[in-house]
Amino acid sequence: MRRYVSLVVLLISAALIFAAEITEVRIGAGWEMTGPIAGFGQMSWDGVKLAMKLRPTVKIQGKEIPVNVILLDNKGDKAEAANVARRLIDVEKVCVILGPCTSSCALAAGAIAEQKQVPLVTNTATNPLVTQNRRFIFRACFVDTLQGELLAKFAWENLKARNVAIMVDVAQDYVVGLANYFKRAFAKYGGKFFEAYYNTGDQDFSAQLTYVLSRNPDLIFMPGYYAEIALMCKQARELGFTGNFLAGDGADAPELLQIGGKFVEGLCYTTYFHQDADLSPKTKPFVEAYVKEYGRRPDAFGALAFDAYNLVLDAIERAQSVDPVAIRDALAATQNFEGVAGTISYPPDSGDPIKPAVIIQIRNGKPELLTVVRP
Amino acid sequence: MRLTDFFQHLVNALSLGGIYALIAIGYTMVYGILRLINFAHGDIFTYGIYFAFYGVSLFLLPWWVAFILSIFLTAFLGALVERIAYRPLRDAPRISALITAIGVSFFLQNFATVVFGGRAKSFNPQTGMYPTFFLNVLNIAGVKLRVLSLITLGTIAVSLLVLVWIVYRTKVGMAMRAISKDIPTTRLMGVNADRIITFTFMIGSALAAVGGLLWAMTYPQVYPFTGVIPGLKAFIAAVVGGIGSIQGAMVGGFVLGISEIMIVAFLPSIAGYRDAIAYAILLFVLLVRPSGIFGVEVSEKV
Repeated sequence: MRRYVSLVVLLISAALIFAAEITEVRIGAGWEMTGPIAGFGQMSWDGVKLAMKLRPTVKIQGKEIPVNVILLDNKGDKAEAANVARRLIDVEKVCVILGPCTSSCALAAGAIAEQKQVPLVTNTATNPLVTQNRRFIFRACFVDTLQGELLAKFAWENLKARNVAIMVDVAQDYVVGLANYFKRAFAKYGGKFFEAYYNTGDQDFSAQLTYVLSRNPDLIFMPGYYAEIALMCKQARELGFTGNFLAGDGADAPELLQIGGKFVEGLCYTTYFHQDADLSPKTKPFVEAYVKEYGRRPDAFGALAFDAYNLVLDAIERAQSVDPVAIRDALAATQNFEGVAGTISYPPDSGDPIKPAVIIQIRNGKPELLTVVRP
Repeated sequence: MRLTDFFQHLVNALSLGGIYALIAIGYTMVYGILRLINFAHGDIFTYGIYFAFYGVSLFLLPWWVAFILSIFLTAFLGALVERIAYRPLRDAPRISALITAIGVSFFLQNFATVVFGGRAKSFNPQTGMYPTFFLNVLNIAGVKLRVLSLITLGTIAVSLLVLVWIVYRTKVGMAMRAISKDIPTTRLMGVNADRIITFTFMIGSALAAVGGLLWAMTYPQVYPFTGVIPGLKAFIAAVVGGIGSIQGAMVGGFVLGISEIMIVAFLPSIAGYRDAIAYAILLFVLLVRPSGIFGVEVSEKV
């Protein structure tokens, strides 16, 4: 009997020792892979796939450990985003989460990650609330307070807009937030503005735009997502609008051009990355690798997802551990991380890096770089 | 509000309401015959758009061939759904069929996601989906009228005339009307009830395809969930008009389209809650007149 007991003890301790050895690093990814903004998630995932191919392992305690990224789809839905975060942490046992893209989803997923003390790095959620009062939430992009000011300045100085119509999606934190920061800054210049409202997934904007055009704006600002922006541009031009269009980073997807066609010609928008923008020494090799892999131009969402993946791997290497809290501390201590879309340093007690923005204009059916703005 | 703005809103409302009406007819016909709310109808609408999209982009058909083909394929898809999912449940409690309809709807959405992909496809003249002149805009005394809106309204009128002719002037239509009253007795008269029911599904689905193509030309994109919201709205239109009545569905579609647009026009500050307004109209009608606008005329049921 005693012999059996000692055998069992031996086996259990062997199992424990074996388990303590890290055999793979499990990273979770929750993105908008389907639904009305599927483009965002798909572009981000392409970026991560390329990053994984270039850097498939991470060095912990002198050993190269393979990285395994578990992707789940949140359908662009807030409730699903929270479910995805819960499942990644509880079932898939990941040590860090990448995504989601949109602020509303990142807020929902972030609440779960914060509560369960697992770090979450969103590539492109720009609303300030996403990281506010959260210790475990980080982002790889700029914040909408900055973007709103930038857009207002551009509208006032470059586009000479004086009476701006703002199209607000009442269901998206990102859109409501960006519209507010724009208004605050634009009012300081002395510009006039008014709002019209819609809801995510709406396809008919004829009523709102007829109302908007009856007030003769010289610029329509659409701080929403590409699907609605493309449809709004089309319907506004059909109703006889001749002024300028302006949008935020939510416009940046190939679908904007495919769906909007000639109607989005001339549209200007801010975003995080452009292949011709010289944001860091790593930009050029990334563009080359991306074009070689996919045969098309890299996009901002993929570039930031690429950065988020490498940022997380760097943090794991500095922490020398897959413990979520240790990774969080390493992430918070990030200084001068060289990403393909600019450098990331986190100020103390903040998950918001200071990053450059690029302004893009649709010219001859292509997104062309207009200028790079460094804060 | 300037008069031109008002007429502009009216034009917008008619082209939106007309599409709702076309889809609503599919709901109402199936309900009239089987007392079944076919929740998969909105997804059949989506497939109508996909068939045309792939007809043009993959098989390089001229747009009008692809459109006609898509209408037939969608009709067959409707018949297939009926044959596989609803016919085995003909004698089951009504709630089983209703839940099956929801299941079919989810299946079609997810099947489309897997097969066609989650990203939106563009439905534009530059990809050859329809001729460029459809995008032209006529300016009539300050009111902008899209050629596409005219085509939409014309197509709707023709579709409705054909439908009314089928239902009231043909033998099949007579059988459909008889089945809506009493299936066993109609069977005793020597009518093949299953065939008539299949035919009803085909007509409803064909109209959904027509509505889908008009929708996709106006709002030039298609993704697996394109039909969800229009489908829901059309369902509301059918209930508002009096589900089971064809006239009701037509009127309900226009009522819904006009009220959605006019509420945004007169109260722009609540435009973000337009869907809520549609549901409020539904609740109001259900409270005040549960049978809908045309609901009393039981003899009109199809």
